[in-house]
Amino acid sequence: MAATKRITADVVVIGAGIVGTAIARELSKYELSVVLVEKEADVAFGTTKANTALVHAGYDADPGTLKAKLNVAGNALYPKITQELGVLYKNTGSLVVALDEDQMLHIHELKIRGEKNGVPRLEVIPAERLLELEPHVNPDAVGALWAPTGGITCPWELAIAYTENAVLNGARVLLSSPVIGIDVHEGRVTTVHCPNISIDARFVVNAAGVWADDIERMAGRDDFEVTPRRGEYYLFDKRASRIVARPLFPVPTPFSKGIVVAPTVDGNLLAGPNSVLTGRKDDYATTAPGLAEVLEGARKLIPDLPVREAITNFAGLRAVAEPGGDFIIGVSPGLSNFINAAGIQSPGLTAAPAIAEMVRDILSDVGLELMEKPDFDPIRKRPLRFTELTREEQARMVAEDPKWGHIICRCETVTEAEIVAALHSPVPCTTVDGVKFRTRAGAGRCQGGFCGPRVVAIIARELGIPVEKVTKKGGKSRIVMGPSKEPLLECSCSVEGMEKEVGDDV
Amino acid sequence: MSRIECDVAVIGAGPAGLAAAERAKQSGAGRVILLDRDRELGGILNQCIHNGFGLQLLAQELTGPEYAEHFINKTFDSGVETMLNTMVLDVTRDRQIIAINSDEGLMRIDAEAIILAMGARERNRGAVTIPGTRPAGVFTAGAAQRFINMEGYMPGRRVVILGSGDIGLIMARRMTWEGAKVEAVLEILPFPSGLTRNIVQCLDDQGIPLYLSHTVISVKGEERVEGVTVARVDENLKPVPGSEWDIECDTLLLSIGLIPENELSREAGVELDAVTGGPVVTDEMETSVPGIFACGNVVHIHDLVDNVTREAWAAGEGAARLVTGKQPRGATIRTRAGDGIRYVVPHVVHVQNLADRDVRLFMRATHPAENVRVEVVVGDNVLFSKFERVVRPAEMLALTIPAGKISEQAIADAGRRGEEGSKNGPELVVRVTPRDVHKRGGVQA
Repeated sequence: MAATKRITADVVVIGAGIVGTAIARELSKYELSVVLVEKEADVAFGTTKANTALVHAGYDADPGTLKAKLNVAGNALYPKITQELGVLYKNTGSLVVALDEDQMLHIHELKIRGEKNGVPRLEVIPAERLLELEPHVNPDAVGALWAPTGGITCPWELAIAYTENAVLNGARVLLSSPVIGIDVHEGRVTTVHCPNISIDARFVVNAAGVWADDIERMAGRDDFEVTPRRGEYYLFDKRASRIVARPLFPVPTPFSKGIVVAPTVDGNLLAGPNSVLTGRKDDYATTAPGLAEVLEGARKLIPDLPVREAITNFAGLRAVAEPGGDFIIGVSPGLSNFINAAGIQSPGLTAAPAIAEMVRDILSDVGLELMEKPDFDPIRKRPLRFTELTREEQARMVAEDPKWGHIICRCETVTEAEIVAALHSPVPCTTVDGVKFRTRAGAGRCQGGFCGPRVVAIIARELGIPVEKVTKKGGKSRIVMGPSKEPLLECSCSVEGMEKEVGDDV
Repeated sequence: MSRIECDVAVIGAGPAGLAAAERAKQSGAGRVILLDRDRELGGILNQCIHNGFGLQLLAQELTGPEYAEHFINKTFDSGVETMLNTMVLDVTRDRQIIAINSDEGLMRIDAEAIILAMGARERNRGAVTIPGTRPAGVFTAGAAQRFINMEGYMPGRRVVILGSGDIGLIMARRMTWEGAKVEAVLEILPFPSGLTRNIVQCLDDQGIPLYLSHTVISVKGEERVEGVTVARVDENLKPVPGSEWDIECDTLLLSIGLIPENELSREAGVELDAVTGGPVVTDEMETSVPGIFACGNVVHIHDLVDNVTREAWAAGEGAARLVTGKQPRGATIRTRAGDGIRYVVPHVVHVQNLADRDVRLFMRATHPAENVRVEVVVGDNVLFSKFERVVRPAEMLALTIPAGKISEQAIADAGRRGEEGSKNGPELVVRVTPRDVHKRGGVQA
């Protein structure tokens, strides 16, 4: 094995989900060396890729909690952040639907709670107005809470954009780099070890999602436990999306905001999640009872849910921290330079921009000097998407580069040019799922049945690797086993532990 | 954007598009353009390197590429223009096509007639909701076929196949011959979905077990498939508790049906049949949008390419008749699926055509049956019938009504008697009747 490389950093951020990437980007505004490490082959491959993709208004959390405060603060940052980073965001507003008079009482309580949290313009609306806004809603509905600041976004797109912008402003990203050890000396973390690289760090931020407690334990602390709560979802064809115009919530339970029916910014329809305590941090399997529960819950809001238009189902894990269940954001007790950003369950996506600012301030409080970079560029250009161009622009692009005339994914109309660009972007992807999350190739109704082999071929060509080394999502997730018409070779091509470095020369 | 004008534009150069374009040209259409998104003509036939194509139509047992070649040659000889690597982005009601390719860029094609021949796509995991993890190694059978036969790569070594559709059966044999171990083929229905000859040649002859009334209830493995849990299902197709067991494998192939590819048809406002998933068509293969025709798997899923070609000829002739001003006029009669029949294509027949030429109806049975008559009934009268020793849902039925067999008078008579349940006048009802209860004059089965 090659000798371990050793580098130094002012701040190491562990975990490239929405929280870690937001923090890395925030810190890239300052004269600091920032290294973001991620165990998966790409950013956003954990909870960030499997959630409800909502920008919550903020009426749910108990007043005084971090969740409540950071939800409302994060919500307010979304228009600016998504505009700077070229990420889709729609301020659709959202509705909590009451199906009987008891639930209506709860709606009024939610409104009071929301107002305590500082949520603007909440309104309880009668059934007639609800039906005007959402004609397909359950006709038994008696009213709703209208939250005009609610919205929808694309979580992985935002995490990718945060990372790209951080890299363009000097941060480094190490993918396929699980943290395997953390050195502590006299109450301070000194070094973060990955399989092929060790990073001497002045400060460490733990944004490791469902694994955050394990990371903290590596540093010798045991202050909280992450108990993952699985949520299962159905995703529906774009044809079905017109059935709702904005996220619809049921009246929440103590454990969850309930099973939501929501449009996505990409034009699909999403239903879920249920809430199941699972003993495992890698339990992304959907189950028959879980999916049935999702349909049953969704039909309470939208009785004519177009079940036949389902194109896939998936599960995500909420990183619920015990004790307390609130976000855990702060210096780890007894470790003066180790900051937890843990237990970031819902509304973590909404809160992420505000969490990043809070972590920045905590770092400053514990001694990190923040000198603004004069040349910080807040703008990350949205990658060109064929479907977002006018016919004239499309014609111009093909004239410039013939790859714009070659449609690879027919369902989502994704061109070869877009896929090639994603493979050479500031945080280049290397996997089939990575291409999907960046371009939507394979995200449509045929789920890669048509474009799958074509995408694999493009990845192999652009990365200069054999086709049989292309993976779905890193590790051992190879797509094909090897050439046909040849004795099948024993595989020796695992990329496990292979670390990929981004932004080295920027 | 460049502009092109033509008499007939055909979208899709698989077996349907090839035959439709050639026949349109031969039947008198002027400029005929055939568009395809792939790099070569022939569509999915190119990856179907097994034999069995053309038995009915060409009296030869050809491979897919050979069958394609036969019609590619005819297409070229006829003077049809082809455009490859070209994706159609949009089709409008007034027969305007927007298409794109790398060489010519964006194009606008104005056509007097358009023939939709986009074929079908495979139903995938999401469409049937298989719970479990989402590792690499789950493929539709057609994608796996493309990997092996076109790209030259093995998708896996230990395989379970869900669904007994023909592509899955063909792939069971293909993967076995390539050195993979096919552990099982599971079919949720109590009868196979594929052709009998494929069950025999691809499973029985290879020693691959077929489990009827079984399905996959969970996929296991985080990165690559590590196994599946399977279970027997009851008569409502629900898994029977206690019947489940695990099969170790690295690959799950899905052969769970095809869906007509009608995204473009929808955008053009073409009326679709909820049963077939394809356009409602006349016997000219014209859709509800005048001047837009359709044929092949885009209309309904076929099991034999020979029938695709026959249907495509009807579409090509229909389009040519439109552009040469020879479309049949006058009354039409709707078809309807009666007892034992799931659907009938075409949905509408010109009465004049019934008098002048043979009219072919395609249909599928709802369930397997033996020794039956397939009858065409108008009102109370069985106007035409055909004995079938066996009917199976997996095998499409074709019924050719000879010219003049059903007269205008017979239809008018039926209409006058004002029969049961028909608001829109008389209908051509196709039904399956057990042979021994069959009597002229119509006995309900």
